[in-house]
Amino acid sequence: MPRIKDIKKVLVIGSGPIVIGQAAEFDYAGTQACRSLKEEGVEVVLVNSNPATIMTDKNIADKVYIEPLTAEVVEKIIVKEKPDSILPTLGGQAALNIAMALEETGFLEEHSVKLIGTSSLTIKKAEDRQEFKNTMEKIGEPIAPSEVVNSVKEGLAFVQKIGYPVVLRPAYTLGGSGGGIAENEGEFCEILENGLRLSRVGQVLVERCIAGWKEIEYEVMRDANGTCITVCNMENLDPVGVHTGDSIVVAPSQTLGDKEYQMLRTSALNIITELNITGGCNVQFALHPESFEYCVIEVNPRVSRSSALASKATGYPIAKVTAKIALGYDLDEIPNAITGKTYASFEPTIDYCVVKIPRLPFDKFIKAKRTLTTQMKATGEVMSICTNFEGALMKAIRSLEQHVDSLMYPEFENQSDEEIEQELHRVDDRRIWVIAEAIRRGISLEHIHKITKIDLWFLDKISILVEMEQELKDKKLDKEMLGKAKRLEFPDEVIGRITGHTEEEIKELRIKYGIYPAYKMVDTCAAEFEATTPYYYSCYGSENEVVSEKTRKRIMVLGSGPIRIGQGIEFDYCSVHSVWAFKDMGYETIIVNNNPETVSTDFDIADKLYFEPLTAEDVEGIVNLEKPDGAVVQFGGQTAIKLTEALLKMGVKILGTSAENVDAAEDRELFDEILEECCIPRPKGTTVFTCDEAIDAAQSLGYPVLIRPSYVLGGAGMQIAISDKDIIEFMDVITQHKQEHPILIDKYLMGKEVEVDAVCDGEDILIPGIMEHVERAGIHSGDSISVYPAQSITPKNQRVIVEYTRRLAKSLHVIGLINIQFIVYQDEVYVIEVNPRSSRTVPYISKVTGIPIVDLASKVIVGATIRELGYEPGLQKESEYIAIKMPVFSFEKLRGAEISLGPEMKSTGECLGVSKNFNAALYKAFLGAGIDLPKHKKMILTVKDSDKLDAVDIGRRFQALGYEIYSTRSTCKTLNENGVNAHPINKIEQESPTLLDLILQHDIDLVIDTPNQGIDKSRDGFLIRRHAIETGVTCITSLDTAAALLTSLESGTKDLHVIDIAAI
Amino acid sequence: MKAFLILEDGHVFTGESIGAVKEVISEIVFNTSMTGYLEVLTDPSYAGQAVVMTYPLIGNYGICREDMENARAWHSGYIVREIARTPSNFRSEDSIEHFLKQQDIPGIQGVDTRALTKILREKGTMNGMITTNEDYDLEEVLPKIKAYKVTGVVKKVSRKEKKLYKSELEGEAKKVALLDIGTKRNIVRCLTKRGCDVTVYPATTTASEILRDNPDGIMLSNGPGDPKECQDIIAEIKKLYDSDVPIFAICLGHQMMALANGADTEKMKYGHRGVNHPVKNVEDGKVYISSQNHGYVVKQDSLPKDIAKPLFINVNDKTCEGVRYLNKNVFTVQFHPEACGGPQDSEFLFDEFIKMMEVNA
Repeated sequence: MPRIKDIKKVLVIGSGPIVIGQAAEFDYAGTQACRSLKEEGVEVVLVNSNPATIMTDKNIADKVYIEPLTAEVVEKIIVKEKPDSILPTLGGQAALNIAMALEETGFLEEHSVKLIGTSSLTIKKAEDRQEFKNTMEKIGEPIAPSEVVNSVKEGLAFVQKIGYPVVLRPAYTLGGSGGGIAENEGEFCEILENGLRLSRVGQVLVERCIAGWKEIEYEVMRDANGTCITVCNMENLDPVGVHTGDSIVVAPSQTLGDKEYQMLRTSALNIITELNITGGCNVQFALHPESFEYCVIEVNPRVSRSSALASKATGYPIAKVTAKIALGYDLDEIPNAITGKTYASFEPTIDYCVVKIPRLPFDKFIKAKRTLTTQMKATGEVMSICTNFEGALMKAIRSLEQHVDSLMYPEFENQSDEEIEQELHRVDDRRIWVIAEAIRRGISLEHIHKITKIDLWFLDKISILVEMEQELKDKKLDKEMLGKAKRLEFPDEVIGRITGHTEEEIKELRIKYGIYPAYKMVDTCAAEFEATTPYYYSCYGSENEVVSEKTRKRIMVLGSGPIRIGQGIEFDYCSVHSVWAFKDMGYETIIVNNNPETVSTDFDIADKLYFEPLTAEDVEGIVNLEKPDGAVVQFGGQTAIKLTEALLKMGVKILGTSAENVDAAEDRELFDEILEECCIPRPKGTTVFTCDEAIDAAQSLGYPVLIRPSYVLGGAGMQIAISDKDIIEFMDVITQHKQEHPILIDKYLMGKEVEVDAVCDGEDILIPGIMEHVERAGIHSGDSISVYPAQSITPKNQRVIVEYTRRLAKSLHVIGLINIQFIVYQDEVYVIEVNPRSSRTVPYISKVTGIPIVDLASKVIVGATIRELGYEPGLQKESEYIAIKMPVFSFEKLRGAEISLGPEMKSTGECLGVSKNFNAALYKAFLGAGIDLPKHKKMILTVKDSDKLDAVDIGRRFQALGYEIYSTRSTCKTLNENGVNAHPINKIEQESPTLLDLILQHDIDLVIDTPNQGIDKSRDGFLIRRHAIETGVTCITSLDTAAALLTSLESGTKDLHVIDIAAI
Repeated sequence: MKAFLILEDGHVFTGESIGAVKEVISEIVFNTSMTGYLEVLTDPSYAGQAVVMTYPLIGNYGICREDMENARAWHSGYIVREIARTPSNFRSEDSIEHFLKQQDIPGIQGVDTRALTKILREKGTMNGMITTNEDYDLEEVLPKIKAYKVTGVVKKVSRKEKKLYKSELEGEAKKVALLDIGTKRNIVRCLTKRGCDVTVYPATTTASEILRDNPDGIMLSNGPGDPKECQDIIAEIKKLYDSDVPIFAICLGHQMMALANGADTEKMKYGHRGVNHPVKNVEDGKVYISSQNHGYVVKQDSLPKDIAKPLFINVNDKTCEGVRYLNKNVFTVQFHPEACGGPQDSEFLFDEFIKMMEVNA
């Protein structure tokens, strides 16, 4: 059918802040869909609370609302903008839930807004557990025996019928929040209670456990005419039991015969037909490994993380086609953008193997439980492509950037055989390395299969890699052997390590033997049709098919790899914008990245896309082929910065700030010299290598001190130490990984933190604005509430900040972006950190000031000046809007993770509150982060000794708002003595009722618990915070944050006046 | 052992010998399916051809003999990137390496199958030789390779005696005559599971012999080679057409039916071989993903307008994928509704055939 003409203005709902289970894939999908809609002449209104997204750019949508994603806000936008339609299937579960809420209340009908893409009936049939079960039964599609329960009692009655183990899945939650497998009644009750609370409708599905079955997914498309195709199927290496987001996934399926493949394909098509889905959809199956028995696990009637993966794995743009279908087109009317010769109704077929590995955050949350379950824990993922599985696995492993570049994992090498066998029973993120070690120890594949249930085909492939290691050890490294190792994607460094050579020697040997990577195209059709889309991957032992005719100057942009805490979607935002800016300036652009969730790895962003690991060796292959005129590393976070030295060695010019100057900012001594030259004060500090040096340094500086490794992002490993004991412990953690650079120790000043992003063209600087943190220094800037424009910095200090920025940018010879963090302490401005590169705040400050910083920085990098670009240098005029960035955390997904904030970053995402009025902006920011108080007006307040006096004021203000306060003895005493009425409550180890009982009664609104600095040994505080998080109670660990919340509550504003950011 | 694939244009690919060790010259075609390698290997339509699998990992789930589409494999040769060392599937009985040896099919692995496919795509299907002779002389072998032609394959692959396959359902069965010009087993299964007694006739069977058995419907199967080579069979098909017995034809049968009615066929540049081809029913606009294997095609504009009209077209290249014969209970499709391997989306066409027989009864 041709396009429906009366769709003229469409509201697209984004997915909100990045949290575990809902990440950059929705920015990718949303951006692609918005572009697809605009291509059709549709006016796009966009709402998303996440400012770090590309979809919230004014060149992507016509009207942009960075507002809290609540039904109320979306209603306001609808009233204001009067769209004729809503496209709800691109913003993940968040968007779907809001659209459903508006549909259910009749609001959409009242305002004549249609849901396009997929109808509410379809959404309900797929999402509501009971409806879904009924639908599947109707069409004879098997599902595991299950029952939807509304209470623990009902659950227990059902589980008695089907027996343990059982899986629990709460309805309407993202990333399987609150789900899990229960082996016994204790576990069952715990998970069920939690799940009932997290579910939007208070429903949890209890079902027969099919753990150990093969987990297979199909990405399917359907149009209104009923044409269905499968874009791709995927097989999880980890059998059912591990959330697919946490599983190693391979595309296409490898161990399914055509009978199984087609059986499940047909089932998937029957399901989407019955659900009447129009657009993209994901169907998950469990397949019995030894029969044709299967169960439908889940259907997502929308684009998803898996659809982003399937799009990147095949080249088929699912979100784009979904948007076109929503406008009325049929699949056979939509051209395949990759081939230009086929249509969207042509099922992709691939001639390579794709492997995805999740990026898990256990390096950040050392205490969190590493076990993988049906509750997703990954923050991001990497994908790799190769002509064989082994190679794809090896490439994916090194793409993770987790200090591991092969299947060799030092930690397991020292364990005994018995320990290794024990480890095999543990289902965690290190399982494939344990398996590899088990194979090395001679444990049979059958035995490993029996324990892990991982298919023998995968185990054999891991075995092939292990055998290769052994062969390299035992045999002569001749041409054939080296060729074989490279076909399996052993990096030069690993081959060198095994054979006793240097990486350089192996590289020379490779050149001598003529062994080079070849680049192949991803074309959706296995070469059956000529394709022009420049989307490539490398492999060995093949013919290169990339032609590199240079007609224009060529710039290589290095991406930022997998999303992890500390390096998120904002760097993808920067990479994409720099690509666009360079294109704009007439350059040919090449992007290298390995993250399938991102916009940067969409095939039509750069002129050429290389889907490759971001290591020196992998990048060098591309450099040799493409011979770029320059490379840009300042937009891809630490991942790209780390490649600077290697790129210089390859003879690639680094565009923008030079490598020496990047170094100077990171190298403590050089940096101190620069500060001294510039007459800029910084907190006293020094560098150390050993623990003894560290203790001496700390003692002479005086506690508290800040301790951290150099060259890190997101404050990784950064801690505040208050005693020698802390120093010893931190040094131990830091030195677990080999440190090439010294460790920094600084005096810790508890002042006001201020942050600036600036563009420098070598002469002038442009500062779009000054941002001020709500929390005092000591909490990582990524975890602080940030306010633009700064509210409490005196004009004098603002001038000092601008001047320091100018001096630093000039003396570091910054060309491009620079991010500087200051502390204002006792009316004195100190510099604490300088990053001559893009930062987390760049997208936020760009949007709220309307100054396209990345665009300007990119153009400056290739020679333009700030004045030429039409800007007056210096600090720009303050915007009339106040924008408050609120960090968002995913603690509830990470069992056992310490939630208290400190110098190491812990947030996964952010949202923005924008208003002309400070209190309204603050209210929106809290609301966007899911904090909407008061509810029951009961709270717990327990603070460390040094906070006791500050707590009095906090307590008094909450009391004035009508809050009932519960405190542990000493805090209570302080409060009472100072006229704040607080109830004493027992600590956890004391007799009942204790704090914990109070939390578990579910009528507490808020927990304020400030932990002791240093390593908090109090198990009590930890338990309180964890329980608060896990029962859904807002938990604040800094009194500054608490004061901000109070300010918001006291103002009583619930002003949700919506603002079109695109008009700024 | 080293093996070589020599194409008639002089390209040589070096790899490792798999399967039988022997030299063979054949037509080289590529197949883009990611699963169903055994179904492809045992599809008689590939007689006289060596097949390049574009998916690089072949043999992952081993050999499940019940999936064979014919009693034996018909490929002349097999060209892959990599065969699995350890196949894994609960039904697997054998490895592909051993199967190829047993079937006496020579193969080569370690070939950059994508590079090879691109050559075939750009230059069109061509002949080639698989050999393990390291001292081959291009000058000498190229003329031989060029001279090769796929001939006489229909009679080679067709069964020699007629055979009855009983309906799998209770009750009265429809009698279907299936002319085996290279049939896949699943065509028979698709009919027997729908309550038909299927009698399979050798390709050389005359129309009168078939009609003498009073079938309720006639099925023309898929098969290998150039349809125009089989003028004798086409003449018999014309008689079947004239008999007014409902006919459903697939692939080669579809081409022969068109030829029998005055239309023309031509060789395609590199054919359609895969399980992902969208075909559109021009009568209701519905699109189905189909399994395909053909190197020849009915020329769309050669169909006599008073006799036939298009039923399906290929969404990508708009070629003829199906024909409905006017005022006749006859329809034919170029693709494979019986699937195996490939999607089952169009299996309902067998239901339509059954319906046609019922209405005609």
